Amino acid sequence: MTTTAEQQAIRSPGGRGVWAWITTVDHKRIGLLYAVTAATFFFIGGIEALLVRTQLFGPNLEVLSAEAYNQLFTMHGLTMVFLVVMPIAAAFTNYFLPILLGARDVAFPRLNAFSYWLFLFSGLLIYSSFVLGGAPDGAWVGYAPLSSQLTEVVRMDFWSIGLQMLGVASIASSANFIATAFTMRAPGMTMLRMPVFAWMSLVVAFLLIFSLPSVAIGLFQLFLDRNFGGLFYAAEAGGDPLLWQHLFWIFGHPEVYVLVLPAMGIVSEVLPTFARKPLFGYPFVVFAGAAIGFVGFGVWSHHMFTSGMGPIAEAGFGVATMIIAIPTGVKIFNWIGTIWGGKIKFNTPMLFSLAFVAMFVIGGLSGVTHAVVPSDTQQHDTYYVVAHFHYVLFGGAIFGYVSGVYYWFPKWTGRLLDERLGKIHFWLALIGFNLTFGPMHILGLNGMPRRTYRYPEGLGWANWNAVATIGAYTILAAFLIFAWNIIRTHFLAKGELVGNDPWDGRTLEWSISSPPPVHNFDEIPVVHALDDFWHQKYAEDEEGRAVRMPEVAGGALTVEKQTGGDDEGHGGEDMHMPSPSYYPALAALGIVIMGAGLIYLPWGFIAVGIGVAIMMWGLFGWSLEPVTKEH
Amino acid sequence: MTDATTTDLAPAEHSDHHDVKPIRKTAMWVFLGSECVFFGAMISTFLLYRNTTNGGPGTELFNVPFTSASSFVLLMSSLTMVLAHNAFEKNDLRQTRVWLIGTALLGSTFLAGQIFEFTEFVHEGLTLSTSPFGSAFYMLTGFHGIHVAVGVMLLAAMAVLSFSGRLYDDRGLNVELIGLYWHFVDIVWIVIFTVVYLLQV
Repeated sequence: MTTTAEQQAIRSPGGRGVWAWITTVDHKRIGLLYAVTAATFFFIGGIEALLVRTQLFGPNLEVLSAEAYNQLFTMHGLTMVFLVVMPIAAAFTNYFLPILLGARDVAFPRLNAFSYWLFLFSGLLIYSSFVLGGAPDGAWVGYAPLSSQLTEVVRMDFWSIGLQMLGVASIASSANFIATAFTMRAPGMTMLRMPVFAWMSLVVAFLLIFSLPSVAIGLFQLFLDRNFGGLFYAAEAGGDPLLWQHLFWIFGHPEVYVLVLPAMGIVSEVLPTFARKPLFGYPFVVFAGAAIGFVGFGVWSHHMFTSGMGPIAEAGFGVATMIIAIPTGVKIFNWIGTIWGGKIKFNTPMLFSLAFVAMFVIGGLSGVTHAVVPSDTQQHDTYYVVAHFHYVLFGGAIFGYVSGVYYWFPKWTGRLLDERLGKIHFWLALIGFNLTFGPMHILGLNGMPRRTYRYPEGLGWANWNAVATIGAYTILAAFLIFAWNIIRTHFLAKGELVGNDPWDGRTLEWSISSPPPVHNFDEIPVVHALDDFWHQKYAEDEEGRAVRMPEVAGGALTVEKQTGGDDEGHGGEDMHMPSPSYYPALAALGIVIMGAGLIYLPWGFIAVGIGVAIMMWGLFGWSLEPVTKEH
Repeated sequence: MTDATTTDLAPAEHSDHHDVKPIRKTAMWVFLGSECVFFGAMISTFLLYRNTTNGGPGTELFNVPFTSASSFVLLMSSLTMVLAHNAFEKNDLRQTRVWLIGTALLGSTFLAGQIFEFTEFVHEGLTLSTSPFGSAFYMLTGFHGIHVAVGVMLLAAMAVLSFSGRLYDDRGLNVELIGLYWHFVDIVWIVIFTVVYLLQV
C-alpha cells in the first residue's frame, strides 16, 4: 500500500526535464506553472509592500526616495492584481476545472499553454523595467493625464504594453475555460451539478471576456497619446482625462470580482467538506455569484464619486453598489448555514476558509460605506480605501487561495502539508493581517492620504503606522513559514503520504489518484448528482443521516479506477492525449518581443518586425501541426 | 486579434460525446463577444469626441458616397464568404477556393478604399494629433481596418493551404470559424459607418 502511494507521489505525470515543461499542454502542469509563478511574484510583491511599509514606519523617514516609493507602490499593486491573484486563480482553474467537470483536459490545451507563456513573458517584461530606467510609477490605475504625460521616460509604456499583453493572455484563457465548461462536461454533469468552484471560474471567465476589452482600448489610447501624438486625454485640445477613468473602471470593477469569486468558489468547496454537510442552498450560491458578476458591470463609477459626475449619476451608482451587497450577503449566509450544526474539523484549510468569511464581511461592510456618496467623498484616496480593499483582497481572496492550497496540496503531490506549521502560519497571518490593515481604517478616517511617500509629525498618525508596519513583517514571517511548509512537505518529501481522498471529499477530483494521471480519468465518469463522489460513498438512512456504503468503504472504487493508467498516460484504448508543442510558447515569445519593441519606438520597430515574424511562425506551426501523434 | 488565430483542436477523445466543432465555435463566439466590447469602447470614445475638433476639420470632411461604395463592397464580401462556406460544406474544393479568394479580394478593395480615404484626410489636415476627433476617428476606423486585414490574411492563408490539400476542417481555424469572424467584422462596419459617417448632426 505504502509503496504504491510512494511511487505515485514521486512520479511526475508526463515527461521530465525543462523542455517537457516548456512544451507541456497538460492542464495540470500548466496549472502548477501558474501556481509557482504566482507564488514567486507574491514574494516579490510582498517585498515591495514591506519596503513601502518600512518607509511609512514613522514620520518623515527617508528610507526610500519619493521616486522609488512611487515605483514600489505601483509595482506592488500591479504585481498583486495581475501577477499574483489572477494567475493563482488561473492555477486552480487550470488544474481543477477539467477534473471537477470530469474531463480529460481543457477545450484547447495549446491555447492554454499559450496563455501561460504570454502571462509569464509579460510579467518578466514589466519587471525588466526596474533595470531599464525605472518601473512604472503612476499607480496601477494609471490615471490620465499623469500617465499620458511624462513621455520622455518609458516607465508607463512598460505598464501599458505589459497590461495589454496580460489582457490577451487572460482573454485567451477565459474563452478556453468557457468552452471547457460549456462543452466538455462529463455525461450527467448538468450545469447545476457543477461544483461551485467550477461555476465561479465560469462567471470569472465571462467577466474577463466582457471587461478586458474596455481597458484594452484605454491602454491603446494612452499608448497613442504617449507615442504617436494622440489627443485622447489632452485637456488642452478638448480631450477628457475622465474618459480614462471610465474605460479603466468598466474593466477595473468587474476585475475585483475576478479576483475574489474563485476564492469564494474554493471556500464553497472547503466549508462543506470540513463541516461534513452539503453546501447550504447550492443554487443560491451559484446564482448569487452570477448576480455579482452581472451587477458588477453597473457599478464602476463608484470609484469616481469625487470626479464631479453630478448627483444623478452618483445616486444611481451608489444604489447599484449597495445592491451588490445583497448577493454577497446571500453567499455569506449560505456559508454560515453550511457550517451551522456541522461536525466542524478545524484544520488549516478550514481555518483559512473561515477567516475568509470573517475578513470578507469586514471588507464588505467598509465597502458599503463607500456606496454612500457623502461618506465616500470623505474617504476617497485615504488609507480607509486601502484598508477596505486589502480586507477583501488579502483577508478575502488571498486567504481563500491559501485555503485552497492546503486543501488541494495532497491532490497535487500526494502529501499533506504539515498541520502544526499550517496552524502557526494561519494565526500569524490572521494577526499580522489585522495588525496591518485594521489601523488603516483609523488612519484613513483621520485623513492620511494614500500614495504619499511620507507624512509630517504631529498629526497623530505615527503610532498606527508603526503598528501597521509591525503587522506587515508579521505577515512576512507567516508566509515564510508557509514557504518552508511547502518545501519541507514536497521537496524534502517529509510530508505525510495520504491516499486519494484524505478529506473524505465530495467532488470528482478525490476519486482519482494523487497526483492524477495525465489523462485524469481512466473512464470518463457518469455523474448522477451534485457532489456525485460523496453519493458514491454514502447513502442516507431514514433520518437523512449519511451512512457509509460498505462496498466502497475500503476505497474499492478508487483503487479500481487507478489500475488502468500507465506512465505514458495512455490508460484507455482509444485515448489520445494531445502531443507536447513548443509553438504556443514561441507565439507568446513573438508577441512579447513585439511589445518590447513598441516600448522603445522608433528603433523598436525592428523588434516589432522580428516579434511579428516569430509570432506568425508560432501560430502557423501551431495551426498546421497534428494535435496528437500520427499512428 | 491574435486570439482569433489561436484556437486548436479539442484533445482527448475522438469519439463519444465530445464533437470537436461546437467546442471551437463556442470559443469563437465568446471571442466575438469580447470584440463587441472592444469596438463598443472605441465607438463610445468617438461619440464623445465627435465634435471636439480643436479648430481642425470635422465630420464635413467625409465623402459619404465614396465610403458608401466601399461599404457596399465589404458587405458583398459577406455574401461571397457564405458561398465559400457553403461550397466547403459540400466538399467542393474548387468553388471554396474561388469564393475564398473572392472574399479576400473584396476585403482588400475595402482596405484600399480606406487607405485612399486616410490619405485624403491627412492632406486636408486631419491627423491623429489634430484633435481628439482625429484621434478617435483614426483609432476606430484603423482598428476596424486591422481586423479586415487580419481577415484577408486568414482567407489568403486558407486559399494557399487549399492548394497543398491542407484545408483542414478539424485543425486550426477552419472556413466556418473564419466566416464567423468575417461576418462580425462586416456587421461592426455597419455600426461604424452609421455612427461615424451617416450621423452628421
